[in-house]
Amino acid sequence: MSMLKLIAKNSFRHTLRVILTIIGISIAVLAFGLLRTVVTAWSAGVAASSPNRLVTRQAISFIFTLPYAYKDKIATIPGIDQVSYFNWFGGTYIDKNQFFARVACDPETLFKVYPEYQLSPNEKTKFLSERNACIVGIETAKRYNLKIGDIMNIDGDIYPGKWQFVVRGIYTPRTKSDDATQMFFHWNYLNERMKTDYPNRSDEIGWYVVKIKDAAASATISQKIDNLFKNSRAETKSETEGQFQQGFVASSGAIIGAINIMSYLIIGIILLVLCNTMIMTARERTREYAVLKTLGFTGKHLFTFIAGEALIISCIGALIGLSLLIPIVQGFESFLPKGWFPVFNIENSTYIMAGSSALLVGIIASIVPIYRALNTRIVDGLRFNG
Amino acid sequence: MSSIISISNLTKVYHRDKQEIRVLNNLSLEIEKGDFVALMGPSGSGKTTLLNIIAGIDKPSSGNIIVADTNIATLSETELAKWRSRHIGFIFQFYNLIPVLTAYENVELPLMLTPLSKSERKNQVELALNVVGLGDRIHHYPKQLSGGQEQRVAIARAIASDPDIFVADEPTGDLDRVSAEEILTLLDRLNKEFGKTIVMVTHDPYAAKKAHTTHHLEKGDLLQEVSKL
Repeated sequence: MSMLKLIAKNSFRHTLRVILTIIGISIAVLAFGLLRTVVTAWSAGVAASSPNRLVTRQAISFIFTLPYAYKDKIATIPGIDQVSYFNWFGGTYIDKNQFFARVACDPETLFKVYPEYQLSPNEKTKFLSERNACIVGIETAKRYNLKIGDIMNIDGDIYPGKWQFVVRGIYTPRTKSDDATQMFFHWNYLNERMKTDYPNRSDEIGWYVVKIKDAAASATISQKIDNLFKNSRAETKSETEGQFQQGFVASSGAIIGAINIMSYLIIGIILLVLCNTMIMTARERTREYAVLKTLGFTGKHLFTFIAGEALIISCIGALIGLSLLIPIVQGFESFLPKGWFPVFNIENSTYIMAGSSALLVGIIASIVPIYRALNTRIVDGLRFNG
Repeated sequence: MSSIISISNLTKVYHRDKQEIRVLNNLSLEIEKGDFVALMGPSGSGKTTLLNIIAGIDKPSSGNIIVADTNIATLSETELAKWRSRHIGFIFQFYNLIPVLTAYENVELPLMLTPLSKSERKNQVELALNVVGLGDRIHHYPKQLSGGQEQRVAIARAIASDPDIFVADEPTGDLDRVSAEEILTLLDRLNKEFGKTIVMVTHDPYAAKKAHTTHHLEKGDLLQEVSKL
């Protein structure tokens, strides 16, 4: 018989109690993982942002546009590698519940500023050459069963009218944290229609994305861009992409903060559940620990027995909780409105945090029982009637 | 014969609140190697305390106690644990077997502290269980055994590591007469066949008759010695 076998046999002595404890830990680990996934999904844009990209928008609000003419002026600033531009298109595809980002872009520079969106050379060529071509992320393509050559009819709201696009490419993200749900089409297609239907809305840009050569120069270049348009009819506000995304997340800061606190409270609950089990277990075995000491087992052995038992219980609970996390997160995502979170993945850090928390809880939960077992005199332990 | 247990001027005092309770009072005693000694006396006389001190699970307040050539009063807790595992075999009144372990595993417990290989441990455990007549019960759990059988497993656990001295605290106190007789016969065998020194606390005059020497204690004092052999 090995120490491990002895620990394992002791761990399941009170089967019902241990099973209930393991279920409690599993549910807590599951809840922790789910909440962390929501928090990371909320911040996915910030996490995926590049330090080499600046976003320049209208200083008053994101909803106001900037002149197209700013493009060439921005490009003159030293340290800038590429300038691209975008307009939020909005619109309704199929019905109002079908949400995904629909964005007018400059196809020539899109892939230079966003190399993480990967498209085959053939698809790229077709996308660049056709005026009403569009590309969609693979997640959106899967969701609507879109294939190359399919027509996407969209009713415009910000830009009124019936719009028709031809899918000429399906892009894949470089990493799981990159958004694979967006649709991009030619800004020129949008602008030409604006020139004819709403001339005063033509040559307007929603925001510029500026790729810079050195991330360390982001603050200086942002300042230079904004100084360039100071006292103009459309002043700009430039910031790193991360700061820009953070601005969206910050508006939900209180909710995220509350979710974060809840996730850590759940670890506290695991701790209490396991502490309760371990203290009861150790108390019931006071006499057995005394017998083991009598036979020659030392404090080191008792430490191993008690901590090992707590770790076995917490690890089994954590493993069950983590193995249920994937289907539960997928189920949870299916209940959310489509496109609510463009990226809804379980981060590796979530697995690590949940697993290591369970291990830590196992160790902490055994401290009091170990202390008691070591400090109970053998003669008192042998007299104990629990 | 040489003394395996040598006690001189042993005193044990407990403190409860501000009250001092003197359990053993300047007690001196010699027990020779291979002896079978019974400690008798009324409740509170100090016999179990004396047994616990001999076994190294309690410490004297003053005095010297040399057991198996070691002054155990000076050992640390860890040293005492190692010393006990080598020299002392315990037999308790309530057997104190681990309920989730089989008879085999319970007997194997003290051997986990030895450097014996798995096969050596197996031989030792089977030998011990055969000595107590439970070779056919090795996979039984304590709850599947009678009280007498449980006590025999406890004795097998005590003899598995081949200690010099056996200490038994009321080993027949929880058993019927037939089972008690079996246990006493087994202790007698350990003493006679294997030459083990046995120190046994008992209330039972019949059990005490099996011992070679009986010591009576009262209020912490050693009253008289009755030698029967």
